[in-house]
Amino acid sequence: MPHTSKDVAEMLERAGFADVTALFAGIPQDLKLDRPLDVPEALAEPELSAHMADLASRSTGGRDLVCFAGGGAYDHHVPAAVAALAGRAEFATSYTPYQPELSQGVLQAVFEFQSLICEIYGMDVANASLYDGANALVEGVNLAVRATRRERVLVSNGIHPHYRQVLQTYTSGLGLEIVELSHGDDGVLDPAALDADGAAAVVVGYPNFFGRLEDVATISARAHEAGALVVCLTDPTAMGVLRSPGSMGADVAVGEGQSLGNLLSYGGPYVGLFATTLDLVRQVPGRIAGETLDADGRRAYVLTLQAREQHIRRAKATSNVCTNQTLMAIAAAVHLSWLGPEGLARLGEVCVRRTAAAAARLEEIPGCTVRFKGPHFKEIVVETPVEASSLVRSLAKRGVLAGPALGTWYPELDRCLLIAVTEKRDQADIDSLAEAIEKELAER
Amino acid sequence: MSRTLEPSGGTRTAARAGGDTDQFPVIFERSRPGRRAWSLPDAAVDAPALDDLIPAQHRRTTAPALPEVSELDLVRHYTRLSQRNWAIDVGPYPLGSCSMKYNPKIAEQAANLPGFASLHPFAGDELVQGALELLGILERSLCEATGMARLTFQPAAGAQGELTGLLMMRAFHESRGDKRTKVIIPDSAHGTNPASVSLAGYRAEEVRSDERGLVDVDALKQALDQETAGLMLTNPNTLGLFERDIKEIAAAVHEVGGLLYYDGANFNSIVGVVRPGDMGFDIVHMNLHKTFATPHGGGGPGSGPLAVSERLERFLPAPVLAPPAYEGDRWRWDHDRPDSIGRIHSFHGNFGINVRAYAYLRSLGPEGLRLVAERAVLNANYLKALIEEAFPTAYPGDCMHEFVSTAKSLRKKGVKAMDVAKRLIDLGYHPPTVYFPLVVDEALMVEPTETESKETIDGLAAALNQIAAEADTDPELVKAAPTSTPVRRPDEAKAARELRLRWSPE
Repeated sequence: MPHTSKDVAEMLERAGFADVTALFAGIPQDLKLDRPLDVPEALAEPELSAHMADLASRSTGGRDLVCFAGGGAYDHHVPAAVAALAGRAEFATSYTPYQPELSQGVLQAVFEFQSLICEIYGMDVANASLYDGANALVEGVNLAVRATRRERVLVSNGIHPHYRQVLQTYTSGLGLEIVELSHGDDGVLDPAALDADGAAAVVVGYPNFFGRLEDVATISARAHEAGALVVCLTDPTAMGVLRSPGSMGADVAVGEGQSLGNLLSYGGPYVGLFATTLDLVRQVPGRIAGETLDADGRRAYVLTLQAREQHIRRAKATSNVCTNQTLMAIAAAVHLSWLGPEGLARLGEVCVRRTAAAAARLEEIPGCTVRFKGPHFKEIVVETPVEASSLVRSLAKRGVLAGPALGTWYPELDRCLLIAVTEKRDQADIDSLAEAIEKELAER
Repeated sequence: MSRTLEPSGGTRTAARAGGDTDQFPVIFERSRPGRRAWSLPDAAVDAPALDDLIPAQHRRTTAPALPEVSELDLVRHYTRLSQRNWAIDVGPYPLGSCSMKYNPKIAEQAANLPGFASLHPFAGDELVQGALELLGILERSLCEATGMARLTFQPAAGAQGELTGLLMMRAFHESRGDKRTKVIIPDSAHGTNPASVSLAGYRAEEVRSDERGLVDVDALKQALDQETAGLMLTNPNTLGLFERDIKEIAAAVHEVGGLLYYDGANFNSIVGVVRPGDMGFDIVHMNLHKTFATPHGGGGPGSGPLAVSERLERFLPAPVLAPPAYEGDRWRWDHDRPDSIGRIHSFHGNFGINVRAYAYLRSLGPEGLRLVAERAVLNANYLKALIEEAFPTAYPGDCMHEFVSTAKSLRKKGVKAMDVAKRLIDLGYHPPTVYFPLVVDEALMVEPTETESKETIDGLAAALNQIAAEADTDPELVKAAPTSTPVRRPDEAKAARELRLRWSPE
């Protein structure tokens, strides 16, 4: 704080206060704290720096281990240019762009983000971000409930278990009926068994939590026959090689944008991706940047369709979201621009083929098998001869971060764990993973 | 002034050197087929070809039209874009209700340490002990500062904290077999309050402010009944005034069995001075991106941890943090929470933001935290005194960390609050919040924050007083502002009428 004692004295006098305590005269005396807060004493910067380094050094989880962990957060490469550009203080230390003349940088970056997300998802309109994948999924469901005026929601149990829990929590006050659809032996839904009568939405993952590819096109066709909308949770890093949700008939595409230029950071800040069709634009939650012209006819960007939002519509807003994850959205935009169409295709190809290589290698281990057969994107469910959560803990001691183990959410899969393979894991890493499992199983 | 944004932020130079038009290009317009920034390995594994692994049914046939640019194109594009933007690191940002204070660089550096930034959210508790200890000390400190018992870090922002708190309110009442239907909010409340109330399945009922700008206690008492689940209150309120009847308000709400929710948007002004728990609040969210100096990122990320009193603890979202139970024990996440309302975030909330807030807290200590409130309130009252002749406050009395002035006296010359805001841009300042709260005509909501110096505030006051004078002598000058920015007065009606929400080639 910049105040000299002379400043304080002059300012108090000018503002008409006898002393500093007089500033708080409006607060009833008996409510005031009569002691300093019981929080740790201040550290000077070198001390603080050392303290933070000490805490960080005692968190070895992502740093010293080869990361094959997945389940909605992935160890992708963050290009140096992405970190440098999204980390620029002019973006990081700015506020929500309420004054467009002073915010063209953020507004245009967000407009580009929306455009890029529309391109990869095959959609018409995207918003300027939600909190995370789970939140985006919830907002997709809420949109479908408003648009159809129905209250029944069908959710594949191949959706991330945490996301399904968040959906339950978020909608618990609204009285929605959430029905879980069971995956088949192949790890995906049977579209022929889908009965979407009376449903607002059918929620599926592409790829799903098991890395498997749902038949979104057939599911969409059946859902639409019943008047239901399709909310498709889609991995953006797959969009160079896999079909877009839009091209398969999905009405709302949602996703977790962590894989696009954002750090693992123990689960956040990430970014919820949300895109839909133009006819549903007035039901979209959160901020949207739009292009317009300024008073001199120059191209300019503003926040638009604000009548949907809480600061205007209050109790009738499409969502309560205000502060969102704009900086993470900017990182995603820079990352997608760094990749371009060829880079995104390469990223997808490397993930698919290395995942296949990992599957083949792990199946050489006696007793280990890939649980759900069929095409996978960057994640597989590996069934082992032992209880998987203890195996995951043991593997960490052998230098490999794997999992999560699936038994917590799927009791019948208690010997199964997820293995995710990104472009950062090569054949040598895959061999290390396999050897760690082999050694661990041999010693049990 | 040198602080104003350079017109076109470097584009003019580009126009001369590289043939760009006066329009700042979108990244797609910089694209040239075959150009690339990406650098990724070959698969380099013994695995089938892509088309043999992914059947045609699932293969994308048309590549998305992403831009094809070199890395230097990319770097210049986003660097120049960033220069077309205001930021705390660029200049003063006195937006009311936003607490746009300086974000210390040490916090940024700490959050990027590999031991935090590279942690996978599913890493076992034994692998993240430093991170959990950090969260543990932060939880204890935030609970101490708010006078609460426990908290959850899951809410990613204030509004998500609100929903979490309201769902806990619902769980509390339902655990007592009590179905309640409405939540009361003041008419000056932030829009997220009523929106969150609706999302939680309650009806929002507004109570009016009285002539003091405070909750009308009689009107509140009339609204309170057995249907009342609770009251949401910001204190100090959005007018920057401390709700001095808070004890009477709390007693009245508790009398009918309701709970008190504290919206922490304005916590900055009382930290270390008075605690929401001591005022009678049961549930408190904090905006760490305001009070605890984490960067706002152009609209986010924030972090909205939610703290509660003991009687609500069992309803917190699972898991909650469990400290070591004995010497040599570990920190761990406790998932065994049968009464929990459930999960609200994909993982543990915006951890990276919580690391920054922790670094800020540790840099201040108890004395520093109290100084935050003192200096924030001093700066606001000083600025108010300097401009109140030209821009009187809507309600009398001393303010806390912010105040709401009205520009309605300029209306006789046709000058509006928005014109004042735009002219202020030309004079080198980001404008205050305008037209909020809704209960004040031609509102200018000003929050200088504690990190601005006396000279900065003197300069801001001089600029505002100059504008008031110009509004009288040369109103057209004010109405024509801004003239120093890359664009001026974009047509918002056109944006909403002719929707262009994504780039497409024309």
